[in-house]
Amino acid sequence: MGKRVLVIEDEPNISEALRFILRRDGWHVDVSADGADAMGALRRDPPDLLILDLMLPGLSGFEVLRVLRDAAQTRDLPVLMLTAKGHAADRVEAERLGVTRFMTKPFANAEVIAAVREMTQA
Amino acid sequence: MPRSALTGTRIRARRNLRGLRQAELAREVGVSASYLNLIEHNRRKVGSELLAALAQALGISTDALSEDDDGRLIEAARAAALRSGADLSELERIDEFTGRYPGWAKVLADTQGRVERLERIVDQLNDRMTHDPYMGEALHEIISAVTSVQSTATILNDAREIEPDWQARFHHNILQDSARLAEGAVALVNYLDAGKTDEAGLAAPQEEVEAWLAARGFYLPELESGAVSPEMLVARQVELSSEASRQLAVHWLHQFRRDSVALPLDAFMQAVSVGGFAPDRLALEFGVSFDQVLRRTALLPAYAMETLSLDPPGLVICDSSGTLMFRRAIDGFALPRFGGACPLWPLYQAMQRPSMPMRVPLVTPGRLGRRFLTYAFAATRGPVTFDAPVTLQSTMLILPEPQSPAEIGPPQIVGASCRTCARPECPARREPSILMSVA
Repeated sequence: MGKRVLVIEDEPNISEALRFILRRDGWHVDVSADGADAMGALRRDPPDLLILDLMLPGLSGFEVLRVLRDAAQTRDLPVLMLTAKGHAADRVEAERLGVTRFMTKPFANAEVIAAVREMTQA
Repeated sequence: MPRSALTGTRIRARRNLRGLRQAELAREVGVSASYLNLIEHNRRKVGSELLAALAQALGISTDALSEDDDGRLIEAARAAALRSGADLSELERIDEFTGRYPGWAKVLADTQGRVERLERIVDQLNDRMTHDPYMGEALHEIISAVTSVQSTATILNDAREIEPDWQARFHHNILQDSARLAEGAVALVNYLDAGKTDEAGLAAPQEEVEAWLAARGFYLPELESGAVSPEMLVARQVELSSEASRQLAVHWLHQFRRDSVALPLDAFMQAVSVGGFAPDRLALEFGVSFDQVLRRTALLPAYAMETLSLDPPGLVICDSSGTLMFRRAIDGFALPRFGGACPLWPLYQAMQRPSMPMRVPLVTPGRLGRRFLTYAFAATRGPVTFDAPVTLQSTMLILPEPQSPAEIGPPQIVGASCRTCARPECPARREPSILMSVA
């Protein structure tokens, strides 16, 4: 089995497109629409990479990231944060919380693929 | 008259203007030069008689010496000095400045006030652009749809083969997101069209009232029970930031209160649950006007709507000029915030035949048009006399209706306003649409 990526994204059409392009690039893709729901799986069996939307219902992307960085098993998990909010303050906050890469929507598919490859090569 | 703390400074300034020496002025008003010196340095208060004598000797009114809003001038001057990073020594001379040059101090105070007002407006506009929840949500919706369309279109455009079921799914997603994008764009344009510059909060009173009611789910139990008057209910609401907003809210609450008295909640629910939602029958049964039933329906509590299996409705009310006076928004049916709406709306059609109820199914333009069932009614507003123009008030209730009853006929295509309507070849079009390409 290839490397595993978890996509936490509440927009079903976006997560469907992400699932498709990542699978075609050889990833095993899991999708969750809710940060709180995904937390359990993330702790039990962390994937190789997390693609995390910022604006999620319930637990926001920032909160998910904060929890992940506080836990030993997910402290170094590569996290690509996607957001429709382009505020500089959000980027700063994401970096403060330990995001690996920050990308604003709309993104190019090739840009996402390039980013996840780069993030998991190190 | 309150004596200013800076009367002495002002006396000194006026004396210098007239080229009088302290001793000369003191002699003229019958005090010692040293006593006048203390007065001029604001170390002694001036009695009324002495003030009058000084004013007479200086050839000015006593008001010019004693009356001014020194506190305001000093504070404004201090604020201006602090803002520009003035030296501490300059700050210590503010009293002297405002006392000696009250005219210039007033110019400075007015300018300072204007700067502060403009800064507040800039802050509010900035806040509106970045933190306005509606704007944020609308932009998020549009960016999400654009992201999905772009990503999906790239996949479909890829030379590599895609399995048929994935292909079908992506085509469906693109269609869905295109419609979402068009709806989001319409909503955003309508929102931005209503540029308000009222410093009170950048929102028109009508918008404040609607937002205030929306935050309460368009239901006010205190009003329903009669426990408080509309005036009391409105008095402590910080969201209603201006007197105009509060007056408007009181106006509508009185109207809604009359509606709820005429159509008591329990009896209304009972009647609907027995005979279904038929506004004409309900108006007859309760002996009220048709538009009262429409307003009452739009201001039912959420639990009542659920019990009656009705989805949250929209409501729009306009006057004879077509101006929308009240709006309760409903998903998928854009209500312009400003300017004229679609003239094909039953709301306007009803004004051509006052007192005759209308029931019209509608569909919004585009391939994924949303369907609604509307009820409309126009009635005279105010007294009907020979001596004054008679005005009408039209009301339209909008109910989500995926499938209208067949006997009503096919739905009519209507938009929100021409600018944001994608309907081609519309007989009522008054200006080109910015969305024609998405039809």
